[in-house]
Amino acid sequence: MKSVIAEHLVKTYRNGEVKALNDLSLDVEEGTVLGVLGPNGAGKTTTVRILATLLKPDSGSATVAGIDVIKHPDKVREQIGLSGQYAAVDETLTGWDNLVMFGRLYHLGRQSSIDRANELLERFDLTEAAKRPIKTYSGGMRRRLDLAASLIVKPKILFLDEPTTGLDPRGRQDMWQVIQELVKGGVTLLLTTQYLEEADQLADEIAVIDRGTVIARGTSDALKKQVGGERLEITVEPADLAKANEIVAKISGHATHVDHRTVSAPVLHGSKDLMDALRAMDDAKIHPLDIGLKRPSLDDVFLSLTGHVAEETVEEPAAKKKRGGKK
Amino acid sequence: MKHAIGDAVVITKRQLLQLARVPELLVFSTIQPVMFVLLFRYVFGGSIDSGQPGGYVQLLMPGIFVQTVAFTLASTAIGLAEDMKKGLIDRFRSLPISRGAVIFGRTFGDALLNILVLAVMAGAGFAVGWRPTSGFVQISLGFLFLFMFGYALSWIGILVGLSVKEARTVQSVGFLVTFPLTFLSNAFAPTTGMPKALQYFAEWNPVSTMVAACRQLFGLKNEFGATANSWPSQHPLETSLLYMVVLMVIFIPLSIRKYKNYSN
Repeated sequence: MKSVIAEHLVKTYRNGEVKALNDLSLDVEEGTVLGVLGPNGAGKTTTVRILATLLKPDSGSATVAGIDVIKHPDKVREQIGLSGQYAAVDETLTGWDNLVMFGRLYHLGRQSSIDRANELLERFDLTEAAKRPIKTYSGGMRRRLDLAASLIVKPKILFLDEPTTGLDPRGRQDMWQVIQELVKGGVTLLLTTQYLEEADQLADEIAVIDRGTVIARGTSDALKKQVGGERLEITVEPADLAKANEIVAKISGHATHVDHRTVSAPVLHGSKDLMDALRAMDDAKIHPLDIGLKRPSLDDVFLSLTGHVAEETVEEPAAKKKRGGKK
Repeated sequence: MKHAIGDAVVITKRQLLQLARVPELLVFSTIQPVMFVLLFRYVFGGSIDSGQPGGYVQLLMPGIFVQTVAFTLASTAIGLAEDMKKGLIDRFRSLPISRGAVIFGRTFGDALLNILVLAVMAGAGFAVGWRPTSGFVQISLGFLFLFMFGYALSWIGILVGLSVKEARTVQSVGFLVTFPLTFLSNAFAPTTGMPKALQYFAEWNPVSTMVAACRQLFGLKNEFGATANSWPSQHPLETSLLYMVVLMVIFIPLSIRKYKNYSN
């Protein structure tokens, strides 16, 4: 059964000047994770806002848990949890205050709200910070509290809009772990991200979106195969370029890409291919200036899918920080 | 809908909790009106001949009360704009709560804050010689008028906050509206000294009718120049009441509609 279905969503801003969504369709199978991958301005946030009933599309339809989001937004809201890019909690209040308040707004009783708040604070490792104003929290703590607030009534369907954007690597790892535990608990998750690695870690399936429409969709493996997975990259002195190119081509079996003094090509066996390349280089008496495996980034995905690099089509990240800028 | 009131109360409680967590907020909301009381009382009070028994402070206090509650317009708008900017309103809107709850809750919260501010100001006024003479019922009615006036303006604030969205712009707009309104009135000086055109503006200015109504309720005679004997000067209570009702009838539905559609 599909928990989330979006069909032919169109959304324009400024009287049609900016097309945020251009016939976007996607769906999420119950109990699975869909990663929506795309650059800033591709339409990720707009998609989430429509599915979470915050925004009405110009045309197209969507159902969440089988309920029409346009006709019955109130019923959809009882089924979903939403955690956005920027911590949407009251910063002057403490973490505990916030969770109890949201519990009350979900119509839990006073004691149930308190119990649930304590339980979530414990689970997200925030018990120590529970009585401190959110203002004093680190970025990672804020994000965890925001996520906790969206889990108060144990929603079956969860929307996470760029849950790790702006976090340091440690915060990102923590957040991934928290999300993975949630997924084990059986929640259906739609997650947006700018990072292929994040989608790879968390999602069962990935939908790549660009300029308001889905341009590719499949499992992480399928997508990587399409992009070419890891790339072997060798940088050498100009005199050795031809020989290096030959070695890389032989190991890869695919067409190589030569840029200045760097040769690269997709490889299938990662470190084994890297070792083979080192051996071959040694045999040929070439000393590489640099050699390594490069994981495909969002840019590589875009390059291979669209032929252009990921562009920020609608708004600059700076403009997005103003919460109002992305409506 | 059955939860609508409960939801609004939770939102109101949140605002009160903010005051408890950040007591400075309360200090700053009361310090400005108290400062105005002191400044006007001692800077202008000496040179304005009020012709009232008890001196200028008797006329001044109703003026400052009305000015202070008028600023509710700006504070409601700023609070709402900040919540929107931080994404808190989005979070509220993604919850299964009554649509009006968030904005009703905010207007209740600001109204409760007004009660507190009015109480502090009344104390400060009393300390510098303000002595209403009309009796308990009349004085209470005066404060009820002030409270309601603040509440009605709060709804304009909701619409401004939802429309402008940027807290700093909201602040400027709020002050741009409330400053001329409060000063082009009988609040601090008699209107008799103004050019004729302004006197007529001041006559119909809701701030003036409110000030005149409060003065009447606190047992004072109001001064009218060119506009003496006009309807609002003769019936400040009725005019003020009418303004409040009209404001709420217009701005409550407009604000609710704006809130429901704001991100579309």
